[in-house]
Amino acid sequence: MEFLKTFGEFLQNQILGMKWLNKIIGNGLSAVGLDISTRVGGSVQFFIYDVIKITVLLCVLIFVISYIQSYFPPERSRRILGRFHGIGANIISALLGTVTPFCSCSSIPLFMGFTSAGLPLGVTFSFLISSPMVDLGSLVLLMSIFGAKIAVLYVILGLFVAVVGGSLIEKMHMEEYVEEFIRNAGRVDLESPELTMNDRLVYAKDQVASTFKKVFPYILVGVGIGAIIHNWIPEQWIQTALGSKNPFGVFLAVLVGVPMYADIFGTIPVAEALLAKGAQLGTILSFMMAVTTLSLPSMIMLRKAVKPKLLGVFIGICMIGIVLVGYFFNVFQYLLI
Amino acid sequence: MNIKVIGAGCENCSKLYDHVLEAINEIGCEAEVERVDDLLEIVKLGVMTAPSLMVDGKLVVSGRVAKKNEIIRLLR
Repeated sequence: MEFLKTFGEFLQNQILGMKWLNKIIGNGLSAVGLDISTRVGGSVQFFIYDVIKITVLLCVLIFVISYIQSYFPPERSRRILGRFHGIGANIISALLGTVTPFCSCSSIPLFMGFTSAGLPLGVTFSFLISSPMVDLGSLVLLMSIFGAKIAVLYVILGLFVAVVGGSLIEKMHMEEYVEEFIRNAGRVDLESPELTMNDRLVYAKDQVASTFKKVFPYILVGVGIGAIIHNWIPEQWIQTALGSKNPFGVFLAVLVGVPMYADIFGTIPVAEALLAKGAQLGTILSFMMAVTTLSLPSMIMLRKAVKPKLLGVFIGICMIGIVLVGYFFNVFQYLLI
Repeated sequence: MNIKVIGAGCENCSKLYDHVLEAINEIGCEAEVERVDDLLEIVKLGVMTAPSLMVDGKLVVSGRVAKKNEIIRLLR
C-alpha cells in the first residue's frame, strides 16, 4: 500500500510534473549567475521549464494517441454506432468522439456522413461535443497539472455533457434544422483504407510534427502569460476576479473562453499559474473547456451543415453544460485538491 | 486512372493536392486528377474525413496529408 502511494507520487511529480527538470534548470541558471529568487530569474526558470515540459508531453502524447486513433477511423465509428439505440448510442458516441482524431476540417464531412447514414441527430451531436472537449491527450495533460482525481472527473463530466447535450437535442426534434442537402444524400458505405503497422507509425510521427508546428506558438504565449501571472500579477487581483469571492467567476470564464480558440496545450500553463494564485478550480476548468469545445472557426464550419437555430441550440447547450461543470468543481474543490 | 482529392478547402487539402501532382509527375503516369471541395459532392461520395484520396472509386487515404512517396506507392 505504502509502495503504491510512493509510486503514484513519483509518477505525478517526476514523470508527469518533471520536477527534476525544474531543479536542473534552476541549477543551470544559477551557475551562469542568474538569481532565481528574483522575479526576473524566477520567470526565466519557469518559462524554460514549462516550455520544455509541455513540449515533451505534447510529443509523447500525440504520438501514442495518434497511433491508437489510427484504429478508429470515422467509417468504423459509424458502423459501430449503427448497432446501438437510445441513450446507449449517445454514450458510445461520446466515447468514440474521444478517440477519434478531430480537425475542424473533418467535422462537417463527418457530421454529414453520420446523418446521411441515418444515425440520430443526438448521437451525431454527442460525438461533436465530446470530440474537441475530451480527448486522451488532455486527460494525461490534466493529470500532470491537477492530479489524476481531477483529470478523470473532468473526462467523466465532459462525457456527461456530451451525452446529455446530444440527448436533449434529439428530444427537441430538430432534425428539420439540418441543411437539406445532407438529409437528401443517400448512405454510402466506404471501406477505410488498410493500414500496416508502419503506416500507423508514420501517421503518428506526422501528427506529432504537424501538431507541434501548429501548437508551439500557443505554448510559448501560454507559458509567457503563465510566467507573468506567476511572478508579476498580485494574488489579490486573481482572487477577486476568479476566486471564491466572485460567484460569477465561472460565467466570466466561459464568456471569455467561448469566442477564443487556443489549443488546450496552450491553456495549461495559464491554468497552472491561475490556480497557484487562488483562482477557483472549476472556473479554470470551465475556461479550458469553453476555449476548446467552441470556437469561431468550427462554428463557421458547422453553420454549413445546420441552420442557425440548431447551431444556436448546440452552442447554448454546450455553454450551459460547461458552466454547470464549472460550478460543480468549485463547490467540490476542497475535496479534490 | 481517376484520382479524386477530397476536402472542403482547408490548407491540408491543398497540400494533399500538391503532393498528388508531384507524385504523378515523378512516375509519369496518365491520370485525371480532380479536386472535390463541394460539400454536396463529398456527401455523395460517402467520404467522412478531410483531406482524403480516392483512386478509381476506392478510398486510399482517409483524413490525413499523405506524402508524395506514399502516394507513389499507393498508385503502383
